[in-house]
Amino acid sequence: MAALLEVEGLSKRFRGLKAVSEVSFTVPEERILALIGPNGAGKTTTFNLIAGVFPPDEGRVTLKGRNLTGLKPNQVCAAGIGRTFQIVKPFGQLTVEENVVVGALARERSVETARIQARAVLERLELADQANRPARSLTLPDRKRLEVARALATRPTLLLLDEVLAGLRPTEVDRMVEVLRDLNRREGLTILMIEHVMRAVMALSDRVVVLDHGEKIADGVPAEVVADPRVVESYLGAEALD
Amino acid sequence: MSGFSGITGRGMVLLVLAALGLAVAPFVADRYLVSVLTTVLWFAYVGQAWNVMMGFSGLLSLGHALYVGLGAYVSAALFVHFGIGPWAGMVLAMLVAVVAGCIIGFLGFRFGVKGVHFALLTIAFAEVARIGFDHITWVGGSGGFFLPVEAGASDPLNLRGSPMLFYYVALALVVGALLLSRVLLHSRLGYQWLAVREEPDAAEASGVDLFRARMTAVAVSSALTALGGVFQAFYFNNLFPEQVFSMGRSIEIILPAIVGGIGTLVGPILGAFILTPLGEALTFLIEAGGLDLPGLKQLFYGAALVVIVVFRPEGVWPWLARRLRLVRQPGEGA
Repeated sequence: MAALLEVEGLSKRFRGLKAVSEVSFTVPEERILALIGPNGAGKTTTFNLIAGVFPPDEGRVTLKGRNLTGLKPNQVCAAGIGRTFQIVKPFGQLTVEENVVVGALARERSVETARIQARAVLERLELADQANRPARSLTLPDRKRLEVARALATRPTLLLLDEVLAGLRPTEVDRMVEVLRDLNRREGLTILMIEHVMRAVMALSDRVVVLDHGEKIADGVPAEVVADPRVVESYLGAEALD
Repeated sequence: MSGFSGITGRGMVLLVLAALGLAVAPFVADRYLVSVLTTVLWFAYVGQAWNVMMGFSGLLSLGHALYVGLGAYVSAALFVHFGIGPWAGMVLAMLVAVVAGCIIGFLGFRFGVKGVHFALLTIAFAEVARIGFDHITWVGGSGGFFLPVEAGASDPLNLRGSPMLFYYVALALVVGALLLSRVLLHSRLGYQWLAVREEPDAAEASGVDLFRARMTAVAVSSALTALGGVFQAFYFNNLFPEQVFSMGRSIEIILPAIVGGIGTLVGPILGAFILTPLGEALTFLIEAGGLDLPGLKQLFYGAALVVIVVFRPEGVWPWLARRLRLVRQPGEGA
């Protein structure tokens, strides 16, 4: 299985505090990898390093062999990485459809074509009936869906999902899990997801990477990782063993 | 109100009526009313130009008098010193304003100067120009710069002529700016501007080059505003740095859009049609009432502004458009 994304020795300090320390992992093509760990473990910082929000102090990020280190977010998007934000950032005054059109315009020059693509993505995410509503009027689950829709509209080869299931009710989690599984299986979309909802992690991911205090403490198939004593101790808690 | 809302049949009828009314106005209105309408149209035009930056792209400029002044002085200097008419001179006038805008934009966007701090930067440049032009004797310095005026001249090629000529030029500017704004807003660039205005981080993650999007907004806005300056120079025939570049002028430019509705296409035009007549009416009322106290007009004008901004914070246009069903509401189909 060829590696799509390779993260090698990634480190980032904020005023001396090591947020991410020599983290390496690879995301194979057409697979789903979950990044888990306790709050403050450096998961979102790792995401931001991959997405180009800030450059790493050390290490490199490559997508299909192409070095992305030091690129700006819009260039990383152009290279084929779409992302969502943990704290959702909809374009509030634009309609749901317009939000997704902006994403589609990343690869499309014609607004009309972008609109057609946006509608298809909205169908996919079950947001089509909300298309003409202002994004700020959406409920949280719909906003999360909109985050995914906008990122998806940029036609990424790799999708970075930052806690898109957090705050959703179990039925909504199941719906989103279905959508993501479908995108992965039917369209071969590779996904790297930060997630706390372990039920979804176990259901979706082919591989799990665990971060703690900015360091990688485990990397393997889900069943293996949740049985790892270090993971249980730092993150899952003893009850997960029951 | 993203500016995309489709216009209804009723809205279209009203738009056509308004356009017809403005087209024939000089034939039915007296000289005074034509001059008031010309002022209204001028503010509607520069309000639209400012709206490209603040309304579409979220960039607060409080120094738009800079671009008015540069456009005015460049075109006037070309005319007075080299005999180059405004139709040719406006090209250089716009270019100079765009260069000034891009310098401000570069400093602001390259070094992450945001929000009110960016606004301070725009004020600083306008103030530097105000003080600087006081000392440029080639264009009259603080004593003012005057364009030659011939009574009864009619030379549209050099923008010399009757008030009616200026009225129609101003009307053409407003219509042109409205059409351009609409085209831009519906373009790829327009979507990117709105995205940058709403959430810069998310826009960037969606592939928008923030620096480029913001710089184009400044370039378009400053070029359009400079045209307003060219008009002003040839309409009034005199330029004083203390007036042209003043902070007060910069604020007058932004008021129509704020009152009418920032980020909307019609807002700045409606705002100008509310504010200028309001000012004129207050002058008239105060004189008629014999209460000619200094500052009284400003007091009423300020109070009226407060009322509008408090009760219609999103501007008069979005509210009016909803009430009169001039635009399609969300859910009524695109």
